[in-house]
Amino acid sequence: MKAIIDISSLKKDYYVGEVTVHALRGVDLKINQGEFVAIMGASGSGKSTMLNIIGCLDRPTEGTYILDGVNVAGMSRNERAAIRNLKIGFVFQSYNLLSRTSALENVELPLMYNSAVKAKERRERAVAALEAVGLADRMGHMPNQLSGGQQQRVAIARSLVNDPVVILADEATGNLDSRTSYEIMSLFQDLNSKGKTIVFVTHEPDIARCMTRSVVFRDGHIIREEEIRNRIVAGEVLEALPVEED
Amino acid sequence: MNIGNLLKVALNALKRNKMRSLLTMLGIIIGVASVITMLAIGQGSKKSIQDQIASMGSNMLFVMPSSMRTGGVQQGSASSQSLTVNDVSAIKTECDAVIAVSPEVRSSGQAVYGNSNWPTTIYGGNVDYLEIKSWKVVSGRNLSDNEAKGSAKVCLIGRTVADELFGEGIDPTGETIRFKNIPFKIIGVLEEKGQNSFGQDQDDVLIAPYTTVQKRILAQTHIQSIQMSARSAEESALAMEQVEEVLRRTHKLRENEDNDFQVRSQEELSTTMTSVTDILTILLGAIAGISLLVGGIGIMNIMYVSVTERTREIGLRMSLGGKSMDILLQFLIESIMLSVFGGIVGIMLGFAASQIVEALTSWPISVMWSSAILAFVVCTVIGIFFGWYPARRAAELDPIDALRYE
Ligand SMILES: Nc1ncnc2c1ncn2[C@@H]1O[C@H](COP(=O)(O)OP(=O)(O)OP(=O)(O)O)[C@@H](O)[C@H]1O
Ligand SMILES: [Mg+2]
Repeated sequence: MKAIIDISSLKKDYYVGEVTVHALRGVDLKINQGEFVAIMGASGSGKSTMLNIIGCLDRPTEGTYILDGVNVAGMSRNERAAIRNLKIGFVFQSYNLLSRTSALENVELPLMYNSAVKAKERRERAVAALEAVGLADRMGHMPNQLSGGQQQRVAIARSLVNDPVVILADEATGNLDSRTSYEIMSLFQDLNSKGKTIVFVTHEPDIARCMTRSVVFRDGHIIREEEIRNRIVAGEVLEALPVEED
Repeated sequence: MNIGNLLKVALNALKRNKMRSLLTMLGIIIGVASVITMLAIGQGSKKSIQDQIASMGSNMLFVMPSSMRTGGVQQGSASSQSLTVNDVSAIKTECDAVIAVSPEVRSSGQAVYGNSNWPTTIYGGNVDYLEIKSWKVVSGRNLSDNEAKGSAKVCLIGRTVADELFGEGIDPTGETIRFKNIPFKIIGVLEEKGQNSFGQDQDDVLIAPYTTVQKRILAQTHIQSIQMSARSAEESALAMEQVEEVLRRTHKLRENEDNDFQVRSQEELSTTMTSVTDILTILLGAIAGISLLVGGIGIMNIMYVSVTERTREIGLRMSLGGKSMDILLQFLIESIMLSVFGGIVGIMLGFAASQIVEALTSWPISVMWSSAILAFVVCTVIGIFFGWYPARRAAELDPIDALRYE
């Protein structure tokens, strides 16, 4: 198995005035291609910090980080932006779609920052990504014309469109009800079964059981790492859930 | 991001806030329009003064008597009687940069024809007088040399005087009028010149032989001034030197004595006048420029608001691979678009306003294309200058902080 992410003895300190916050205190983590990893732990344990470093939004204070064979720990701001553009897909808790901008244009956005992709190809790839998340009929809709779940699908399409080596999701189901959460998880499972590597921060153990491995943080350390046995298939849960009536 | 995409992104952002974009542009529109209009007014008055001066005779020089110190007592220039016809002949024979020279004497009085009378001024000169003063004869003829020297009772009449004495547009050539009770036969009518830049009616004149005015009207031997043409505008300085030299000699002035005359040129007058209007233009332009500056500050203000409002968008764009330069350019182009669109509308409005001012006030207006180009360049610079700080603030945001911004 090829390691997409290889992190060793990674530390991250924040300096707030006189105080030093040790957000990560020496983390070793290896994630292989095709894995679907749940990152869990109490609030403030360092999950988002970890994800931001994996996503090259932030740089570690100490330690090494090899992403897809490239050492990114010491990279400059611009180099990291280029890596994010080519190798990372983000899905946020609050969707972060551009308002008053159509679903299609939102999905095209990452490719706008890649000058190798011309307008025609950009459009085609965005259409394909929206089709992949089941929104073929909503391409011209604005975010305020879409439900939360649909908005998150647009965001997932956006994270897919640059064909990243890993998709990073920080509490991507945090704003959704349980039915919609399972719909989104079903979509992620689908993508994972087609070979996408996904790292997913969540608080909910049930959501975590949709994945292949869980990594639990506490106080900036990884305290437990285990394969998930008896995985949940989100699609089956959906069928079992009573359809809401009103 | 390539430039096409950047332009599209900036345009979309402006369209998303149409009202705000329009109001922001309004500052620039008003600023540019007023700069264009003010410069058109300033330039117009400069041009009209230049035209006036040219119509007065472009290479013209003249000598006037000036106050002379005698034993420490300053005499008024009006009392000075230093210039004579001999000076005129001396200049004519000795100054080669001067191509035409005429004495000038003048007297104010009442012109009478039948029951009509009209207060006017009679000017006396020689054959060259009309040419030196750029007068043209539209009907009849110029004075002859014999008439000029022989104190003939003939005159040329200005359009205003002719209108007042004979009626609008009537050609009075051949008629006889009286000026200070002396009969003058009209031998020609002068072409209309209109008002000069000081508002004086240049057509309110009679022109007669200098000898006639000197002897029959004023009973004096001196002349009031000497009028000359230099060979060219470039040679007017040389001509002035030559005239000064000759007159100092004919007036028998010693080394240490001041001139009892002064030599002036139209060239000098023209430079003084145009420098006055240049100052006027700069002043008007500067006042209008301030409103343009305020417009620019308006853009800066809105760009700051926009950057703050769109912090999360900036964070998102960065997380998707936007580099600092992409973000910087995005906001910079937005502010340049605001100021350049505003500028284009302002230029059109300025042109329209200039036309309206011209129509309403009959001030001379001269719209300069160069000021339109200047306005365009200035707007681009304003866009860059006032957009720079907000754009740089956006570009320097930390992507994580920006994404978390509430
Ligand atoms: N920019 C920052 N400056 C200072 N301290 C920070 C910063 N970001 C995070 N921290 C600190 O680092 C620690 C880890 O934060 P992090 O956001 O990674 O927690 P988390 O596990 O994602 O929590 P949650 O589940 O609530 O999102 C916390 O103690 C937090 O206060
Ligand atoms: Mg978090």
